[in-house]
Amino acid sequence: MFDGEQVVDVEPVFGYLHRGSEKLAEERTYTQIVTLTDRMDYVSSMLNNQGYMLAVEKLAEIEPSPRGVWLRMIASELQRIASHLVATGFLLQDLGALGTPLIYAMRERENILDLFEMLCGARITNSYLRPGGVFMDAPAEFWPALDRGLDDIVQTIDELEEYLSGNEIVFSRTKGTAVLSPELLINASITGPMLRASGVDWDLRHRAPYDYYDRITFERKLHTASDNYARYWVRVQEARESVKIIKQCIEQIEPGPVRPSFDVVPRLLRPPVGDAYVAIEGSKGELGFYLVSDGGISPYRMHVRASSLINLTLLRDMLIGGQFGDLFVTFGSVDLNMGEVDR
Amino acid sequence: MGESLIANSLWRNIYCVLSGDSSVCADNGYSAGLLPGDLAWLAFALSAAAIVGLFINAILGGVIVLIWGERRLFGRFQRRTGPNRWGPFGMLTSVADAVKTMFKEDVVPADADRILFNLAPILIAAPALLVFSVLPFGVGTYVADLNVGVLFIMAITSLTTLAVLTAAWSSGNRIAILSALRSVALLISYEIPMALALVGVIMLAGSMSLGGIIAAQGVPFILVQPLGFFVFFLAAMAEMARAPFDLTEAESELAAGYLNDYASMKFGLFFLAEFMAEISTSAIITVLFLSGWRGFDAVPSHLWFGAKLIAVLFVIIWFRMTLPRLRVDQVLKFAWKGLFELTMINIVVTAILIGIWPQPTTAQLWMMAAINWPVAIISIYIVSKLLGTSAYKKPQPDADNPEYPVGSESIPTASVYVADTQADTRANAIADTNVIERGD
Repeated sequence: MFDGEQVVDVEPVFGYLHRGSEKLAEERTYTQIVTLTDRMDYVSSMLNNQGYMLAVEKLAEIEPSPRGVWLRMIASELQRIASHLVATGFLLQDLGALGTPLIYAMRERENILDLFEMLCGARITNSYLRPGGVFMDAPAEFWPALDRGLDDIVQTIDELEEYLSGNEIVFSRTKGTAVLSPELLINASITGPMLRASGVDWDLRHRAPYDYYDRITFERKLHTASDNYARYWVRVQEARESVKIIKQCIEQIEPGPVRPSFDVVPRLLRPPVGDAYVAIEGSKGELGFYLVSDGGISPYRMHVRASSLINLTLLRDMLIGGQFGDLFVTFGSVDLNMGEVDR
Repeated sequence: MGESLIANSLWRNIYCVLSGDSSVCADNGYSAGLLPGDLAWLAFALSAAAIVGLFINAILGGVIVLIWGERRLFGRFQRRTGPNRWGPFGMLTSVADAVKTMFKEDVVPADADRILFNLAPILIAAPALLVFSVLPFGVGTYVADLNVGVLFIMAITSLTTLAVLTAAWSSGNRIAILSALRSVALLISYEIPMALALVGVIMLAGSMSLGGIIAAQGVPFILVQPLGFFVFFLAAMAEMARAPFDLTEAESELAAGYLNDYASMKFGLFFLAEFMAEISTSAIITVLFLSGWRGFDAVPSHLWFGAKLIAVLFVIIWFRMTLPRLRVDQVLKFAWKGLFELTMINIVVTAILIGIWPQPTTAQLWMMAAINWPVAIISIYIVSKLLGTSAYKKPQPDADNPEYPVGSESIPTASVYVADTQADTRANAIADTNVIERGD
């Protein structure tokens, strides 16, 4: 509802992209469910794979093989860069820049998708991970391509920042809009770049390291303003940090099998009765997977803590009283993905 | 008949081939025309129709070429190829688009006010064409050289907003109405700096006729009137609702605004009018500030005009491709608090200079330029400092939050920040107690 250019009230209506992934998971085997997680947040499917696989490994008590873990860390950090680039590009699209920054960001994402294609043959719906690792080792040509790709990414981020971070119109449009206090964000259990943009140092890679993140050093980028600009800024800096993380992964990766043999981890998993919850630092916030096993080949219940949905809960606090033109900029800075909101 | 039009070479050539009107044509070296001398009125009417037809077709052709060129340039700016499939370099793409637009189904919404709904496309296309009637495209190539040409242009371009308002109102669509409200706000705000920016040009030229203004430009007025050019250029961008002022269309916000409910050739007319406005604005800037068709005699005047026109068009497209959109309040603030002041400074300085040199020669124009440029740079700098983000007030000032850290150097890292503020200590305390295992 609007009064002239002023936003009086908003009401989010969800459900138009609901595919019932969580229900479908009850009919699939544990390996088949990977394809469902791809389609939840389709701009960061590697991260979804990772979160789900960690939950499966915890549930079935699988010891992952080291090379597989390094590979999936590289893949998921690449995915994080891609997702942040898309978020930045669409934020600028919502700001009204006619596609130019969006296409710059999307081009770089294309390079990352090419790397994924080398890794697993798929670009968007990867399904790269398997219980205990990944399903295929990276080909020899992947590593030089990755090195080149990382240089390109840094260059693109430099370019984007040169163009955007000092742009007066970007400043005036994003600074001081949709400000949220850290207390409010924590109470609404909002995580990810939105929380870090308010100055709260909460990154699961650092707070509760999963995979081998405890062997990696990286800087947690924080901004204190908690407005649209801060969110944009945090994303861009996190993409830079991800490049550093990948470089450390490349240094530490060791030869070996990419997943445990089928003798240890059978193709048809039958985890013991119990439940497991694992949360990872997704591109949009804490991405949690809760699995309940009744000892059969399918989970009894799967639930996903979708950060996009939870990040939307403060929409009214962000939008009401603001300008109509800021509405879409705020959507862009929240970085919502309807596939993840509705699942 | 036609004595006053004889300076118009376009007119002279067509009229004198048709008519044997000895009083005008024989004096200028034409032999007897096709029609007898007593049918001068018929020759007059035919040549008028020919000129109008020529202009309209040239402009429509220009629009087709412009759409193609703009899309190619967009492609270059965005590191892609742009249209390149249909015809050489994709030049026929916009022809195909035009044909496609004509054959689309003409949809009229049920809530629409049909008469106004059908009237609006005509209302927007007609003024966009009328502007061209006073523009000189080369030596003696114009439809009419009005002695109040500048005033005519200002008046005609204002009509666009009426058409937008009509379109939005008759669609019965609230998004469209929002777009029309923005359009009216934009027009009222930017008409004033636009008109005031031209006062300096008119003072220098001592004429409101576009021919007179070109004749006065011994030095292109962009050099003599940098501030006037700056303001006029930005105001003109806002007048035709181009990025960064494209609030009326605002694809990401209003989904094309007043164009929402238009389909088929009605939409096509709006589209046409938009691009005609782009061409006419560039032509006006060329005439008023870039000395129109004047240049070295070795190159024909029409080529000079075309080259300058394309240069201005390029800059406009460049702006559109690069800059994000401003918000409504920022756009209006920019007009009233920024451009308005700049025009006032420009008028005062120009008036003083005109007082010193009432009939400026070329040398005196250069001296004016030497004075005007520092004035322009200093005043633009001061205004941009006053309007910049540093003066931008946060809607919710928060005592807990420190000042904006701008640039990567001043961003507090985690440890610094935790020590700094109470809120974050609390937040981290909460965070610390809730470690990840929450599976039960």
